[in-house]
Amino acid sequence: MNAMPPIAAAPVPATLPVLTDAVFALTLALLLLAPLAIAGVALINTGLARSRSAAQAMLGNLALPAVAVIVFALVGASFAGTLGTSEAAFHVAGKTWGVLGLGPFFMHTLGSATPQSQLALLFEFMAVAMAALIPWGSGADRWRIAAGCASAAVLAAIVFPLAAHWIWNGGWLAQLGANFGLGAGFLDGGGAATVHALGGLTALALVWTAGPRRGKFPREGLSTAIPGHNAVYVLFGCLLALVGWLAWNAAGAVIWLHAPLAALPGTAINTLLSAAAALVATFSVTRIRFGKPDASLCANGWLAGLVTSTACAALATPLESIFAGAVAGIFTPLLVEVLELALSVDDPSGAIAVHGASGLWGLIVAGIFAPRSGQLVAQLVGIAALLGVVLPLVYLLYAVLNRVVAFRVDPDGERIGMDFHELGGGAYPEFVIHRDESYR
Amino acid sequence: MKYAGLLVMPAGFFLTVAALALFPDTARQAAFVVCGLAVEAMGLVVAVRGHMPAKGASRP
Repeated sequence: MNAMPPIAAAPVPATLPVLTDAVFALTLALLLLAPLAIAGVALINTGLARSRSAAQAMLGNLALPAVAVIVFALVGASFAGTLGTSEAAFHVAGKTWGVLGLGPFFMHTLGSATPQSQLALLFEFMAVAMAALIPWGSGADRWRIAAGCASAAVLAAIVFPLAAHWIWNGGWLAQLGANFGLGAGFLDGGGAATVHALGGLTALALVWTAGPRRGKFPREGLSTAIPGHNAVYVLFGCLLALVGWLAWNAAGAVIWLHAPLAALPGTAINTLLSAAAALVATFSVTRIRFGKPDASLCANGWLAGLVTSTACAALATPLESIFAGAVAGIFTPLLVEVLELALSVDDPSGAIAVHGASGLWGLIVAGIFAPRSGQLVAQLVGIAALLGVVLPLVYLLYAVLNRVVAFRVDPDGERIGMDFHELGGGAYPEFVIHRDESYR
Repeated sequence: MKYAGLLVMPAGFFLTVAALALFPDTARQAAFVVCGLAVEAMGLVVAVRGHMPAKGASRP
């Protein structure tokens, strides 16, 4: 087994290298496969919802990314600063701290932008769609679709551009290496921070704002199990996500870490190994804990391995990727259990553990295994920014938004199901929807 | 409780940023960054506990 990581020294030059036509074409092709990752997460979100909410869940999986990419094109891309060089910045301790991009609105310089900038922008469109989608699964069976769209708009206009500028477009986290000698600056090749940690923390803010599903936490006894309606959707979504993730991580390595083509097979192998190790670990943990492997938790473990690889696939060796994935696969089912049973957090899709915790873990792994001194400190500073700025900011925005567009469906809507209440028809009209005994 | 926890978390973040601006060497920067993360973790714990339903409280 090769002991070298795909990218030996994680080079982040001050100016972007010029892409050859072949690299440009390959990266574009990879980015066109990346939506399969979004499709996989969409299937997982739908399968983990109840059958009476399946059509609403799948429509939300389309509507939220649709709103997010439109708002990002109109406003967010400007604040992300992908197409421009100007930014709002502080000057502290003799250093420049770039906070917010000030690029052109409505992307009107897209046609004249460099090929690298155009690819970076396309990647950000995929990223903002995924980031908006992640909390949707956590709000299953109670989050109104209009409120979900409003949330996607806020994320795409404010929160995601802020993180994207800090991390990808020359903001203060990207400059930690140049300004303070901390490794190569904050490294996030595939969006573990800007997409997954951000999405997972947003999911936490959402479940705090919207509250649990009716009957989930009775006054006495343990929480009520409300299983997803289709394990096949969930597990097929995992396979679909793998294809998208392989492309996503490879494209991210080229665009954000400036990886050579020779690094891409190793990046893809590490992605696969991380997911595989996570699945084996979760399978074993649930087998030991419950006597039989749990299908939905195994899906969560697989996805947690993919999320972990997002940060470190291009920077770790295959053995390190197996270690990173296995750790994610062990703590994910345990964290899902702690969140539900000990902390009364109702997260149907497990996004807080899968995307939030595993994203943060991947960023730590990238800091541990990236071969530059100070890299771990840079990664920890980035994690501090996510926890200390993004989570309170999203919570505040959601508190305001909840007063404008009520997040939660009314009790009657929750009883009859989101499909009938919001769409007027169910996903499975031939099936009889069983009476839910928890409403007696 | 929950708002107090969410206010403590940015305080931890500012501690990490201050460490970068004030200390020239990586060792002290690293120590203060870890302290900042610890403060954020405490804020997160307080926020999580603040959002937990009280025992016996009316629940949806």
